[in-house]
Amino acid sequence: MKLVIKNGTVVNPLVGKTEKTSIVIENGKVTEITANPDTKDAEVFNAEGMFVAPGFIDIHVHFRDPGFEYKEDIFSGLEAAAAGGFTSVCTMPNTKPAADNVETIRYMYERAAKGNGVKLYPIAAATKGLKGESLAPIGELAEGGAIAISDDGRPIQNTDLLKRVMEYASTFDMMYVSHSEDLYLSETAQMNEGYYSTVYGMTGNPVVGEASQIARDCMMAEYLKLPIHIAHVSAALSVDVIKFFKERGAKITAETAPHYITLTDEALGGFDTNTKINPPLRSEADRLAVIKALKEGIIDAIATDHAPHHQREKEVEFNNAPSGIVGLETALPLVLKLYHDKELTIERIVELFTAGYKIMGLNGGKIEVGAPADITVFDPDYQWTVDKNMFKSKSRNTPFHGFHVKGAVTATIVDGKIVYSRDF
Amino acid sequence: MKHLLGIENLNKDQIMNILETAVSFAEINQRQIKKVPTLKGKTIINFFAEPSTRTRTSFEVAEKRLSADTYNIAVSGSAIQKGETLADTALNLQAMGPDAMVIRHSVSGTPQLLTEIMDCSIINAGDGFHEHPTQALLDAYTIWQRKGGFEGLKVALLGDIYHSRVARSNIYLLNKMGAHVSISGPGTMLPKEVEKMGVTVEKLPKYAVQDADIVMMLRVQNERASNLLYPDVREYSRYFMLTPELLKLAKKDALVMHPGPANRGVEIDDVVMDGEQSVILEQVSNGVNVRMAVLYLLLGGSDK
Amino acid sequence: MKRESINVRKVLLNESEMSKIIDRMVYEMIEHLSMLKNVAIVGIRTRGVTLAERLIKKIEEKENVKLATGTIDIALYRDDFCKNLSSPQTGPSVLNFDPEEYHIILVDDVMYTGRTVRAAIEAIMDYGRPKSIKFVSLIDRGLRELPIHPDIVGKVIETSPEDKVAVFFKETDGEDKVVLG
Repeated sequence: MKLVIKNGTVVNPLVGKTEKTSIVIENGKVTEITANPDTKDAEVFNAEGMFVAPGFIDIHVHFRDPGFEYKEDIFSGLEAAAAGGFTSVCTMPNTKPAADNVETIRYMYERAAKGNGVKLYPIAAATKGLKGESLAPIGELAEGGAIAISDDGRPIQNTDLLKRVMEYASTFDMMYVSHSEDLYLSETAQMNEGYYSTVYGMTGNPVVGEASQIARDCMMAEYLKLPIHIAHVSAALSVDVIKFFKERGAKITAETAPHYITLTDEALGGFDTNTKINPPLRSEADRLAVIKALKEGIIDAIATDHAPHHQREKEVEFNNAPSGIVGLETALPLVLKLYHDKELTIERIVELFTAGYKIMGLNGGKIEVGAPADITVFDPDYQWTVDKNMFKSKSRNTPFHGFHVKGAVTATIVDGKIVYSRDF
Repeated sequence: MKHLLGIENLNKDQIMNILETAVSFAEINQRQIKKVPTLKGKTIINFFAEPSTRTRTSFEVAEKRLSADTYNIAVSGSAIQKGETLADTALNLQAMGPDAMVIRHSVSGTPQLLTEIMDCSIINAGDGFHEHPTQALLDAYTIWQRKGGFEGLKVALLGDIYHSRVARSNIYLLNKMGAHVSISGPGTMLPKEVEKMGVTVEKLPKYAVQDADIVMMLRVQNERASNLLYPDVREYSRYFMLTPELLKLAKKDALVMHPGPANRGVEIDDVVMDGEQSVILEQVSNGVNVRMAVLYLLLGGSDK
Repeated sequence: MKRESINVRKVLLNESEMSKIIDRMVYEMIEHLSMLKNVAIVGIRTRGVTLAERLIKKIEEKENVKLATGTIDIALYRDDFCKNLSSPQTGPSVLNFDPEEYHIILVDDVMYTGRTVRAAIEAIMDYGRPKSIKFVSLIDRGLRELPIHPDIVGKVIETSPEDKVAVFFKETDGEDKVVLG
């Protein structure tokens, strides 16, 4: 089956080109990039007025499968990813059982293979049971297809153990993805510490907790001469720390999520548990610093930290609610706001949604002849209102319900097959 | 006004309306028969998910004096312990058709959550460290009765401000009414950026108490010591307790207030607590007046 | 209680007329008292209290007796309090006697719909079960909404709902008169 994506503006930052042209896809691969495609016997997707980009990758999602399928499972997660314009996702290991054993990694690949085609790459646990006490069988996990390791959800508080994890993982070229948090500082905290935690009457988690642990994690990576990826950066101080280490030549990469560039701790005023996230929403100064970091390249990628929770778990007293929000289906329009506000170019935006391939050592991120046809088509100007009840995800925990946004995915294509297209 | 969730969203006129209404109820509480049929047939549920004898009793007395039917629910007897969510418990209670629910809960924002689940009026009797509006109102009533007004009064608020909903509600109220608040306590008990709430932060209590018209002491929770807020009671009382010497720095006719229950010898000295300037017991009786006024205004009126 | 201003159309009773009527009421009440033991005079706040005090003084002087007295405040007993959005103006409600042992004579200045008297009766019942309750009113302006009637009346006037009837007492207003507005 031949597919032609016609007359879109192809944004191809890793190839260094942005041009209005068409893409011809056959047998799952890109066969031609030309302004005059032969559309005979082909399905034509009219991309006039739209951007055509290499398929997006979200390197930080929680699909809750196995173990918590009532919140999300691999199938619904992949549907949500496709609706968000993602052709690949990397799942975090805090499932039940945790992805600290090769059987779970294999299970995830097998299950994903029965899904809609969106590619799933599991990140395995760094420590057994994510307990932060002893090493997970990283060699076998790598062999089973895990692409990186992390204890995400939790930090590795014991610095000696962190060192051992990174040293051991390096044998298998497995990179550590760090959830940097000081558990002592955050123990009873419900939100960022600052003026708003004072006013709302909740214990606060200061930015020092995140930034100091990022500093420790970066120092260790520099010392060991190993790469490290810093997850969900939320604060100005954290950005400064990452910049410091990058400038010294350490192999640091970092991601942030769309909510950190959109909302601040003030948003917790209604005590809506859909604003309870870890790391928490920070101050306006932090939000602006994160945006600036995206501009300057201090933060390399956007990753949603898609964290589904069932409605009944969120409809409780604030302190009892689990942290986390879904993010796959709202990521693009929230980040596109930076494009509309002229903070970021469209090339930079596409870079942010595709940098994850390189970070995780995966192929992808380029539209070029011979490459698998993983493509994201989106209309930057389409205006719509976020309706959580229309989510493909099983969960509804979003603070963005009712938001009027501009920019939507129009088609998500994986290996030449349209896995999602928007009903206008 | 359907709910009373906090002082933050009340304006000066609404506050004065409550205080003036409370005067009428103070009168009722002086009569031989301290009862009026005003809320006859109304059902009020007192949901206290955090233990409290005095606030709950104060509300109960207020409700019964207005002839309402009252039901007390304490968490240990409630289904929440059995794993039922708060939302389900609330819906079950809602099915019994209460006209109002008075809620105290250890988690900030819970009364707000209930306004989204229940149809009746919700009255916040204290949520986490967020707000305790009826306490601030009865404190205000006490000050108003004793001092005639608020404009220009200096109020010293001392103790664990970080964990105090009484402090926050009082800060909002006193600022709205034109008084000025100075706070002090150990560094661990001063919340971040609290000066943005419009208070003066003093490192030591003596600076806050200097020339104060009102000295308001906050309770120090004994269990907090283990949470690393202060080394021990001996040290706390040495540096932060309200003693006669410290009180002397205030104006001669300064009032001593405390939301209770007070820890004698920890945050307040016996002599001061039982002394002439203490209006602590008045606060308690004013509590009934003010709560009657709040219930009357929320439930007695129609089409506001 | 602050008196709302009234646009006077007609003076119904001037000082001397009012005085004569009150004297006549006093005689009627004395007749009543002679037939009963243990009578208490209770004024309904606020103007009923002023009238009751005057009646009590005259009776005590004439008969050389000491009467049991009391005042009843009905502010929060009214069945229409719901429509009153502002804070209720209450005053003391005090019965200086045990109602179970007494015949009570309720006193008010103007009787109208009957709801005030109903509220006063309810308020008294909260204190106990009196042997009987009778009601004395200076003016009866008709337009009853409840089946309650005064036992002793000074003057009956026909009014319509738009009319206002106001009683002025020397003790509180500086002059004695009853006006229609």
